[in-house]
Amino acid sequence: MLTLELCVAGAMLISLIIYMLTGGADFGGGIWDLFATGRRAKAQRDLITQAIAPIWEANHVWLIVIIVLLFVAFPVGFAAISTALHIPLTLMLIGIVLRGSAFVFRTYDDQSDTTHRRWSRVFAIGSIITPVMLGITLGAVASGTIHVDIESGQVDTDFISAWFAPFPFAIGFFTLTLCALLAAVYLTLETDDTELQEDFRCRALIAAVSVGAMAGLSFILSAEGAPTIRRGLASAAWSIPFQILTGAVALWAIWTLWNRQFRLARILVPIQVTLIVFGWGVAQYPYLVTPDLTFSNTAAPDAVLRPMLIVLGVGGVLLIPAFWYLYAVFKGAARKTKQTEEEVGPYPDNSA
Amino acid sequence: MSDLLAARAQMAMSLAFHIIFAVVGIAMPLLMVIAEGLWLKTREEVYLTLAKQWAKGTAIMFAVGAVSGTVLSFELGLLWPNFMAYAGPIIGMPFSLEGFAFFLEAIFLGLYLYGWDRIPKYAHYFAGMMVLLGGTFSGIFVVTANAWMNTPAGFSIVNGEVTNVDPIAAMLNPSSFSQALHMTIAAFLSVGFAVAGIHAYFLRRDPDNLFHRRAFAIALSVGGVFALLQPISGDISAKRLAKYQPIKLAAMEAQWETERGAPLRIGGIPDEEAEVTRYAIEIPKALSFLTHFDFNAEIMGLKDVPRENRPPVAIVHYAFQIMVACGIVLITAGILGGWLAWRHKRLPTQRWYLRFVTCCAPLGFIAIEAGWTVTEVGRQPWVIYNIMRTADAVTPMPNLVIPFISFTVLYIFLSVIVVVLLRRHIFQSPRL
Ligand code: HDD
Ligand code: HEM
Ligand code: HEM
Repeated sequence: MLTLELCVAGAMLISLIIYMLTGGADFGGGIWDLFATGRRAKAQRDLITQAIAPIWEANHVWLIVIIVLLFVAFPVGFAAISTALHIPLTLMLIGIVLRGSAFVFRTYDDQSDTTHRRWSRVFAIGSIITPVMLGITLGAVASGTIHVDIESGQVDTDFISAWFAPFPFAIGFFTLTLCALLAAVYLTLETDDTELQEDFRCRALIAAVSVGAMAGLSFILSAEGAPTIRRGLASAAWSIPFQILTGAVALWAIWTLWNRQFRLARILVPIQVTLIVFGWGVAQYPYLVTPDLTFSNTAAPDAVLRPMLIVLGVGGVLLIPAFWYLYAVFKGAARKTKQTEEEVGPYPDNSA
Repeated sequence: MSDLLAARAQMAMSLAFHIIFAVVGIAMPLLMVIAEGLWLKTREEVYLTLAKQWAKGTAIMFAVGAVSGTVLSFELGLLWPNFMAYAGPIIGMPFSLEGFAFFLEAIFLGLYLYGWDRIPKYAHYFAGMMVLLGGTFSGIFVVTANAWMNTPAGFSIVNGEVTNVDPIAAMLNPSSFSQALHMTIAAFLSVGFAVAGIHAYFLRRDPDNLFHRRAFAIALSVGGVFALLQPISGDISAKRLAKYQPIKLAAMEAQWETERGAPLRIGGIPDEEAEVTRYAIEIPKALSFLTHFDFNAEIMGLKDVPRENRPPVAIVHYAFQIMVACGIVLITAGILGGWLAWRHKRLPTQRWYLRFVTCCAPLGFIAIEAGWTVTEVGRQPWVIYNIMRTADAVTPMPNLVIPFISFTVLYIFLSVIVVVLLRRHIFQSPRL
């Protein structure tokens, strides 16, 4: 039955998917900043910068929405997760701070090569830590090693073993490869320069193959690392067709990249990522934190959930047009024609 | 350092850091919107340049505000999981609404900062308005969550279990209005004077610079107007405290005895062992009057509650004095500026006045930090007033001093960079 808490959980899953597709790609940009190579390294970096500058703060808010929904609707779950996973979450925060601040500092600091390179390095490292730690957190939550006494809310944890294990790390790097893939595919359409396009096509292909490898590795490790969920997956009727579908989309995406059908790839890869995250979310059901906390036994009272869902609905109606406008202005057809010098930095030159 | 102390220090440090960027995020959009509005109206190029320069300086602050705010959202759980498990659902409403305010702000900020040449003029102006609205409401919503910690409402406790949760009543608790009002005014006031102070500094060197003259006029007007409003809203806060948190008020005034006709104390050294306050200048009966409009109203003293339920008196008392002192100086600066402008019918650019305003630049921020110290330390030993002790809210995680030190180092590093970059930005400002 569709209870109120499942509606909220659904909203969280949707937010997580959007965060991966938007914010995740921003992190991917940071990864490709680190691996910018060759003659066009500077051009690659500039392209990444101008692609994410206007939108990353808005994309980032999805993460905050997820956290707020979590602590309002599933307070005991939030407390348990943030207690047992204190360390990876703290590292993730440090990554978030470094990424965001280095990104603006780079634009504003003096434009000498060394300074620029130094901030780029910090930006890239932050962009790598954050998705890896996010993935580790999700992997640990799925792994069934965080035990909670539901009566007292007491978490039985040594603060380390729940996440410092092969399975969470596999999910961490899986997340990283997804970010890298998204970014590379988006970037192929951010430029008219065919050489740059080729650079990112090549990167997208590498990332797509890595995604496949990490997906396989995660699946193998899940037998030991996340037994409850693995068992649920094996017995669910939807599971096999769903996995075949995901795999088919992934292969089709690689095919389009190979054939330089970038527009099609730009559609298929987000679908692939959506299917992966969605599949994980559904497999996670009914657990919020495997094996003790379910959505229903941690949910806040309906008196809290109902007004919150109303706020989500009304807020969504107001925000979606605004979000759409932001993307239309900076990612729509208009941007192609107005690719001027100044886009590299956000403003006209200082000295003017 | 005990884990509890480390957790409190980390929370306080993160908040004290974030609040600086948050108030800039609330108030700078107002200055930018005014400048851009004047440009649309007069078509004087200088206003456009001004709006763009301000936007450019503010972009750094926005980014650091967003990341430090994210840290806070997580820290609520990382440091105070028991508090959040208890309070999360009750105060969820303002946090959910805040999420939308953040979206509004972040989306339109992107359009505002990067859209100068991409969207129509009035759409751009509208985006600025939305950033202003989003920032202001972010501040208001989060402050109502904090107000709930001072005057918890909207639920009942039956056999130790929370029931009858009413998120709207929790959000509209008795402190929400006064705190949100006072905070919002504080933001416009502090940023107004900080910006006015910076431009006053340049005007002293370059009195005919049109850019700095226009900037000074806008910022000083904003700062001055809100400075006049602040004592009124502070008074509303004090009256509310007298009613709902008399112990906090007693600590602010270092009032030990419960008495009728209590005095207002200026300065003084509270002695928590001997339970007296020495060397204070006392204005007879003023406290009773200010809080109750009655010279003989009874004011509760600290001795009325057991020692273990008292906040640290000296910190709260000094912090309150600092806030009020800053407030008085800023009000003086505002009134003086208004008077000079009216007298001479021109921008008050007398050299001594410019120097005065330059010195006022940091005062608003100092008052904000001090004011929050009053509110938060004055609430101790409770995290939720009279319901949950701070010591019971803290995480079982050991070695909390490590994240505390890590974040402190990180934030010091960021502060230095931000100062260096802003300095560079400011000194490159146009010479018109
Ligand atoms: C520019 C900043 C600023 C200035 C000039 C003042 N304040 Fe303030 N004050 C704040 C900034 C602030 C604050 C940082 O915004 C606080 C902390 C919590 C809050 O809601 O506002 C605050 C709290 C605060 C409280 C405690 C409220 C509580 O515990 O919930 C009182 C009683 C006052 N103020 C009273 C005053 C008075 C009488 C002032 C007279 C000049 C004054 N403030 C100036
Ligand atoms: C009185 C204290 C506070 C005020 C007035 C305030 C206000 C603001 C404002 C105006 C912004 C947007 C401006 C900017 O990005 O610079 C902001 C950002 C943020 N704040 Fe605070 N805040 C306060 C405390 C907190 C607390 C306690 C939390 C956590 C629970 C928090 C979480 C956030 C987050 C997550 C952001 C980033 C939003 C984004 O990505 O745009 N803030 N805050
Ligand atoms: C941004 C302005 C703020 C500043 C400068 C500030 C300052 C402080 C300080 C100094 C403490 C430590 C008190 C002590 O341990 O003696 C503290 C604790 C705390 N604050 Fe605030 N605060 C601010 C706003 C807020 C807001 C808006 C919230 C919640 C929505 C909040 C929630 C807390 C919590 C949960 C604690 C820890 C528990 C406690 O010590 O009571 N604060 N803050």
